[in-house]
Amino acid sequence: MDIVGWLADPLAYGFMQRGLVAAILVGVVCAVMGTFVVLKGLAFIGDAVSHAAFPGLVIAFMLGAPLYLGGAIASVGTALAIGFVSRRSRLRFDTSVGVLFAGTFALGILLFSTIENYVADLLGYLLGNVLGIGLGDLVQVAVLGALVLGIVLLIRKELLFATFDPLGAAASGLPVARLEYLLLALLGVTIVVSIQAVGIIMVVAMLVTPAATAQLLVIRFERLMALAAGLATVAAVVGLYLSFYLNLASGASIVLVETLFFLIALVLGPRSGLLAGRGRVAEPA
Amino acid sequence: MSVTGGRSGNGSAILVDSRPDVVAAPGLVVGEPTVVVDHVTAGYGRRVALADVNLVVGAGSLVAVIGPNGAGKSTLLKLIAGLLEPDSGTITVLGSAPGEEARAVAYVPQAEAVDWDFPVTVGEVAMMGRYPRLGFGRRPGRIDRERVNTALETVGMAGSADRQIGALSGGQRRRVFLARAIAAEPDLYLLDEPVTGVDATTQEDLMDVLEAEARAGKTVIASTHDLICAAQRFHQAAFVNGRIVATGPAEMVLDRQLLSDTYGGHVLVLPDDGGRLVLDDAHHHDESHGREPHYHEGGR
Repeated sequence: MDIVGWLADPLAYGFMQRGLVAAILVGVVCAVMGTFVVLKGLAFIGDAVSHAAFPGLVIAFMLGAPLYLGGAIASVGTALAIGFVSRRSRLRFDTSVGVLFAGTFALGILLFSTIENYVADLLGYLLGNVLGIGLGDLVQVAVLGALVLGIVLLIRKELLFATFDPLGAAASGLPVARLEYLLLALLGVTIVVSIQAVGIIMVVAMLVTPAATAQLLVIRFERLMALAAGLATVAAVVGLYLSFYLNLASGASIVLVETLFFLIALVLGPRSGLLAGRGRVAEPA
Repeated sequence: MSVTGGRSGNGSAILVDSRPDVVAAPGLVVGEPTVVVDHVTAGYGRRVALADVNLVVGAGSLVAVIGPNGAGKSTLLKLIAGLLEPDSGTITVLGSAPGEEARAVAYVPQAEAVDWDFPVTVGEVAMMGRYPRLGFGRRPGRIDRERVNTALETVGMAGSADRQIGALSGGQRRRVFLARAIAAEPDLYLLDEPVTGVDATTQEDLMDVLEAEARAGKTVIASTHDLICAAQRFHQAAFVNGRIVATGPAEMVLDRQLLSDTYGGHVLVLPDDGGRLVLDDAHHHDESHGREPHYHEGGR
């Protein structure tokens, strides 16, 4: 088979062009945000925030408002609420998140069950369909994605310091609490942007998997971020082509390619690969 | 230091009182006071960690904060660093409220507070000391890289800039964190247990560096469990146990009665050729007073 033709043929379709651009954008934004999600241990929060977007989408649908707006308000609001609770509550943090997580999603399902007319649109958000993305949606993804990416890249060194050593960073004058709230708000936006592509249920994989894979391969923060973005890009392209030729669900294909990368890194990676030397050996001072 | 009222005994122990005149005793402070803690009470929620603390530290001082676990050593450092608000009382750091002159303060947390699996290199960690000076959106430049290289050289870690921080030994990690503090070019170092769990060579090296910084007019306040180190290498000491038990010259660290007052009897005092060897009890004793065999000095 002609390899060039094999690669070029799908691009003749508008839905494939838009899908590819959207998948790469979402993949890169998720991977960059995911670097902090992984390093700060926010995976569970990411999952909670994405599920919390659902009631926002449903309410926006019921009110005839833009769905994105409803999802964004719900997910950013939940992300900030989690940040607030984590600083104030006396409950264990994952307990608080678990309560918010299930409660908000249940609210979405409850409201959803009251809608009588055709709601395939809304169900689509659970699993996502990047190949069904329209031009208007693509523009939204591009604008919001660029915004998130721009802000994170601008303040990445401060985020790094605040993530690695919050006390040291705060003592040296960095606004650590505000940085954390900003990061959570950006996480909420990232998740809303990603939901149409990969769906509420799989967003967390897009956030966590590329950064987790990169962490097995490199030891330098800047390279970790770049490698995660690179892996996400390759996974988006490979996943979409697999989806096109084998007629598979697009979001799941992308996520599974990312997962495959992770497993390969886990087995073969130089840092913590199962085949590498056991653990790191500290040298005497 | 605010030194008011001596004690009988070996004469090297000097108690500070808790009257508000600590600020009004500038004659006892060498140079401008870098840190003034005035009647400060602080804690976490309802638990009071420090009560009515008064402390004045002059520029160029090398101060050891000593006391048992849970005595409030870390709390005191966090208060001065502006990481914790006092419930009452006031703190002045470099002439301003804590946190106001943050760029002139370098705080190094306890080793346990750091995630050592974090994917950062030694060079990246040291460079963090420059971040607050750089400001948002600005990348480190030539001067920043020079400062970081110099700092890493100062602590003997210049050859390890590209290694992951977790691949280092405990002593090397403390060296790198001190390098980060040096790279920040601070006027005040706040170091939480900088020499705990490090080998003797590292301890000597780190103390040499801190001594040089103090000679250059920088102020160093460090908590430590190592009483020998505190007595031999620091200028002054503050005994802490929920309050300031005493402040004064570092030699007083080896005073039997003061140790007993501070550690509540959990101190092992052994006879030794040159006098006596005092071992700090570095284990946790929050709930286990009296159950383990310790040498108990007199009454409290």
